[in-house]
Amino acid sequence: MSTTERTGLVLSNVTLRLGDGDTTVTALDCVDLTVRPGELVAVVGPSGAGKSSLLAVAGALTSPDAGTVTIDGRDVAAMGSKDRAAYRRDNIGFVFQSGNLLPALTVLDQLRLVTNLSRRRVDTRDPRQLLADVGMAHRADRRPHQLSGGERQRVGIARALVGHPSLLLVDEPTAALDRARSHEVVQLLAQETKQSAVATVMVTHDQDVLEHCDRVMEMIDGRLSAG
Amino acid sequence: MFLALRELRFARWRFALMGSVVALIAVLMVLLSGLSSGLVNDGVSGLQRLPVTAFAFDEGTKLDSAFSRSVVDTQQVERWRQQPGVQAAEPFGTMLINTRSDRGVPADLAVFGVEPNSFLAPTPAEGSGLGAPDGIVVSRTALDAGLRLGDTVTVDRIGTELKVVGVTADQRTYGHVDVAYLPLAAWQRLHAGVGPGQALPPQAADQATAVAIRADDNVDLAAGDAAAGTSSFEKKDSYGASPGYTAETSTLTLIRVFLYAISALVVGAFFTVWTINRRHELAVLRAMGAAKSYLLRDGLVQALAILTASIAVGVGVGLALGGLMGGSGVPFALEAPAVALAAVLLVLLGLLGASAAIVRVTTVDPLAALGGQR
Repeated sequence: MSTTERTGLVLSNVTLRLGDGDTTVTALDCVDLTVRPGELVAVVGPSGAGKSSLLAVAGALTSPDAGTVTIDGRDVAAMGSKDRAAYRRDNIGFVFQSGNLLPALTVLDQLRLVTNLSRRRVDTRDPRQLLADVGMAHRADRRPHQLSGGERQRVGIARALVGHPSLLLVDEPTAALDRARSHEVVQLLAQETKQSAVATVMVTHDQDVLEHCDRVMEMIDGRLSAG
Repeated sequence: MFLALRELRFARWRFALMGSVVALIAVLMVLLSGLSSGLVNDGVSGLQRLPVTAFAFDEGTKLDSAFSRSVVDTQQVERWRQQPGVQAAEPFGTMLINTRSDRGVPADLAVFGVEPNSFLAPTPAEGSGLGAPDGIVVSRTALDAGLRLGDTVTVDRIGTELKVVGVTADQRTYGHVDVAYLPLAAWQRLHAGVGPGQALPPQAADQATAVAIRADDNVDLAAGDAAAGTSSFEKKDSYGASPGYTAETSTLTLIRVFLYAISALVVGAFFTVWTINRRHELAVLRAMGAAKSYLLRDGLVQALAILTASIAVGVGVGLALGGLMGGSGVPFALEAPAVALAAVLLVLLGLLGASAAIVRVTTVDPLAALGGQR
C-alpha cells in the first residue's frame, strides 16, 4: 500500500505532440486538470479531440512533451518506461472499452491476475468480495465470452479496483452497451469512486450518463475546458 | 505461471495440434536414432570392439578402401613396435569370404586374421578361443544367421574348411557382415587364395592388411608413419573405411538435421501466430502494468510445457515402436544416450524457435489497449 497521502491527479500545462516532421499533431495543448480522490470527472468531446491521449498521459502509458503529471504528489511524467509500468501496476486502474478481459481467464481469475502481476503487493482487495460488490459473484467461474457486455464491464471495473488504485481511468465504458446497462455501469463507477476514494477520469461519447458524474470537462482540438 | 497455464488450458486444442507435430517428429527422431545406432553397430561394431588405438595402413592408402586394398608386412609392424608410446603393435588382416556350413547354411563372414596370443585375440563367451590352425571365433549374431558352435564351414571356390570353435558375447559385425576371427596364418592362406594342400607363396607369409596399434593417448602417429612407411588413422576415423559406413551415417545425419530444423521452425511459427493473435491482450496486460519479463516468462513457460509434454509422448511412442522392430531383421539399436540427446536437442531447439517469436511481446505498445477492440 502506498504510504503517501492521497491527493489525486494533477495535470499541469501538459502538451503532447504525436507524429513527426510535417505531420505533427498537437494531441494535448497546455492541458490542466485536477481530480480529487472520490471525484468522478467525465471528459467528453468529438473523436480525435485528444481524449485517448489524455488517458494515455494521465495513466503513465506515455510521457508528455511538456508539463507535469502528478499522482498523489509523485511526478509520473519523469519516470522511465519500466518504472511507469510498475507504477501503473501498483497505483492505476484501467477500465477499457468493452472490458478487454483476457479470454482465457474466468471472472475470478481476471481479478486474481492483478495480484499475480506483482509479487510484492500485499494490500489488495479480496477478489470474491469485490465481485460481490459489483454484483458479479454468481458469475465468478464464467469466461468473458459467456458474459453480456454489461457484465464484462462490471468485471472490468472490479479488475481495475483490485489493487487499491489512487487513479481510475475509464475509456468509453458504455460504447457497447444499451441505455439501461450504460446507466447501471456508470452508476457503479460513481459509487465505487466514492467508496474507494479513488480519483476517476472517464472518457465518453455518451451524453446520457453524465448525470452521474461530479464534473464534466470538454475536450476540443487538444484543449480541455469545463463543459 | 498463473496466466501461462490457464492460457494453455484454454487454448488446449491449438497447443495440442502443434504439440502433436512435435511429438511425431520426436517419434521419427527416436526411430532414426535407433536405425542410426543399428547401422553403426552393423557397420563397424567389429572394429569398435577391438582394443585398438589406431590402424596403420600401407602408405598412401585411401581411407575408403583401406581395409580391402592395404597390405603391410612384418617389417612395418616391427617398426611400429619400436615407436615411443606404442604399447603393442600387431599385424591385422581382414577380408570378406563366402562360405557354406556343413548343414548347408550359406554364411558370409568378415574374417579378422589376428595372432592367437596377441591383444587382438577375442575372448569367447562360449567354446574356446583361437588356437587351432582352422578354428574360428564368430560373432554372436552369426548364430542368428544359422551357424552353430562346432559347425564346419567351407570357403567358396578354394575349399578351405574352417571350424567354429568359439562365439563372442556380443554383436561383432563389419560392413553388415558377421565377423569371424581366425589365426593370422590361416588368414594369409585365404588372402593369397591358397587352397588345402597348396603351398603358400613365401612373400604372403609376412603380410597383413594393417598394423593394429595400442598406444598411449599422446602417441605421435605421424612419427610412426614416417618410420614405418604407413598411413595411420585413429580407430574412430577408420570406421569410414567400412563399406557403406560414411554414406549411411551421413544420410541419416542429414535427415536428422532437417528434422531438428523443421521442429524448431514449427514451434517458432506457432508461437509467432500465437503472439500476434494476442497482441491486443498483451497490450492490455502491459497497460495494467505487467513487466516485459513477466510476459516473456509467460511465453517461455508455455513453450517449455508443450515441448516437454509432446516430446515425452513422442519418445514414449518411438520407444514402443522401436521395441517392435527388434528381431525384424532391420538393423535397429536403441541407445539411451542417443535418444536422450535427441530429446534434449528437440526441447532446446524448440525453445530457441519459440524464443525468437516470443521476444515480440516486448515490442507491444500498451497504448494499443486504449480504443476499440481490434
